Amino acid sequence: MKKYVCNVCGYVYDPSAGDPDNGIAPGTAFEDLPDDWTCPECGVGKDEFTAE
Amino acid sequence: MNETQVADRVNWVGYVDWSIRDFHGYETTRGSSYNAYLIQDEKNTLIDTVKGPYADDLLRNIQRHITLDKLDYIVCNHAEPDHSGALPVVMASCPQVELICDAKCKATLERYYDIRHWKIRVVKSGDSISIGAYSLQFLETPMAHWPESMATYLPECKLLFSMDAFGQHYATSGRFDDSVPLAVVLEEAKIYYANILMCYERPVNNALDAVKSLAPEILAPSHGIIWRTQVDKILSAYADWSVCKADRKVVILYDTMWQSTAKMAHTLYETVVDSGVQCKLISIRATHITDIVTECLDAAAIAVGSPTLNQTLMPQVAAALTYLMGLKPSGKSGFAFGSYGWGKGGPEAVNEYLEKMKFNILREPLKCQYAPDEQALAACREAGGLLVKAAELVG
Ligand SMILES: [Fe+2]
Ligand SMILES: [Fe+2]
Ligand SMILES: [Zn+2]
Repeated sequence: MKKYVCNVCGYVYDPSAGDPDNGIAPGTAFEDLPDDWTCPECGVGKDEFTAE
Repeated sequence: MNETQVADRVNWVGYVDWSIRDFHGYETTRGSSYNAYLIQDEKNTLIDTVKGPYADDLLRNIQRHITLDKLDYIVCNHAEPDHSGALPVVMASCPQVELICDAKCKATLERYYDIRHWKIRVVKSGDSISIGAYSLQFLETPMAHWPESMATYLPECKLLFSMDAFGQHYATSGRFDDSVPLAVVLEEAKIYYANILMCYERPVNNALDAVKSLAPEILAPSHGIIWRTQVDKILSAYADWSVCKADRKVVILYDTMWQSTAKMAHTLYETVVDSGVQCKLISIRATHITDIVTECLDAAAIAVGSPTLNQTLMPQVAAALTYLMGLKPSGKSGFAFGSYGWGKGGPEAVNEYLEKMKFNILREPLKCQYAPDEQALAACREAGGLLVKAAELVG
C-alpha cells in the first residue's frame, strides 16, 4: 500500500499506521479512507494528497 | 553596533507597532513589531516587509541605507498580510527588484495582490542564491506558520531569519534579547507560541530539527526582539512547548451565574493548592482567551466549569473552548464540572469539548443542582484529588 503526502503541509499518510486518532485503523489504504477524511495536520481533503 | 544593526551590513528596517492591542483576536498588551531586514551586498536584499499601513515607514528605513533603485531582491518568507501587506508598495517603488519566494507563497500572494507585473523567482528548500559576499539559503517550514512559510539562512553570519518562529508580540525600542528583561521576552514568546503555533506540533518539531542542524548564532524572527545572547534559552523553551510539555500545574477554568459553579471551582482550587500543587483559578469571563490558552499550554490537568444556561454551556465558555480546541493542546487530563437547575446541559456540553480535544478524562462531569451543599463540596474535594494525581504524574 502506498503512502500519500499532503500537498499543503507535508503530512504523510502511512497506511500501515493509519490515523487512529481519527478512527482510521492501521492497515487502511489511502483509497479506502472515507471521503470526508481530512489531513490531521492542516485539515485539507483527500484531493490535496499525492502518492509518494 | 547600534540598535538596528543585526550583523555586519545587515540592518533591521521594520516597524514597531506600539499601539496594536488586537492582533486578529489575540490580545497584544505589549504591542508588536513587524520585522524586515536589509542585507547590503552586491545584491541588496530585503527580508520580508511589514503590515500594509506601514509601507512608507519601511521605505523610509530602507532609504537610511540605500536608495530604492538599489534594492535587488525581496525575500518573502510568509504570505500572511502582517509581513506581505507592504509588498505592493515596495514592489512598485523599487524598479529593479525581484521577489524571491517558494511556489506556495507565490500562489498565495496571487490571491491577495495583483502580482502580474512582479518579477518573481521561485525557490525551494535547499536552494541557495549568492548575493556577493553573502548567500541566502532557503528552508521551507510548512505550517510553521502557514503552508508557504519559509525561513532564510545567512550562513556567513550564522543568522537565521526564522519568520514567525521564535517571535513575540512585543513593542520595544531595543531590538535584541539583551536590551529587554529576559523574563518578559520569554513570557511574550510563550504567549505567542500558545496562540499562534500550539496546533502545529509536528511541523514545528520538523522546523526545530532543521534549525538545530544549522546551529545559528542569531535568530531574527518576524515579530519582537532578535535572539543573540539567549538562543539556547529560546530553543529549549520551544523544545518543551512544541510537545505541550506539562508542568506540575493545574488550571481551573470556569464561568458562573449565581456563584454555584464558582464555589465548585474554588473548592477544587483549594484542594489542589492544599496538596502543594501549583494551580491557576481562572474566571473565563474575566480573562482574555489569549491568556487562557497560554495557561493551558503547560498545564498537566485542566478542569473546565460551566453552569447550565438554556440547557447548554455558557457562551463565553464555548468561545474559550472553541479557541482552545483549534489550538489542539496535546496530552492534557481533566474533567468538566458545573451546576444545573432542572435539566442537563452545561457540564455535559463542556465534556463533549474535552472529548473532542482528546483529553484524558478523569471522571464523568461533576455536577451540583442549583447550589452546592456539603455533599457536593465533598465531591469537589474528591475530584480535586484527581487533578492533583494527574499533576503529580509529571516528573
Ligand atoms: Fe504568520
Ligand atoms: Fe506574523
Ligand atoms: Zn495537510
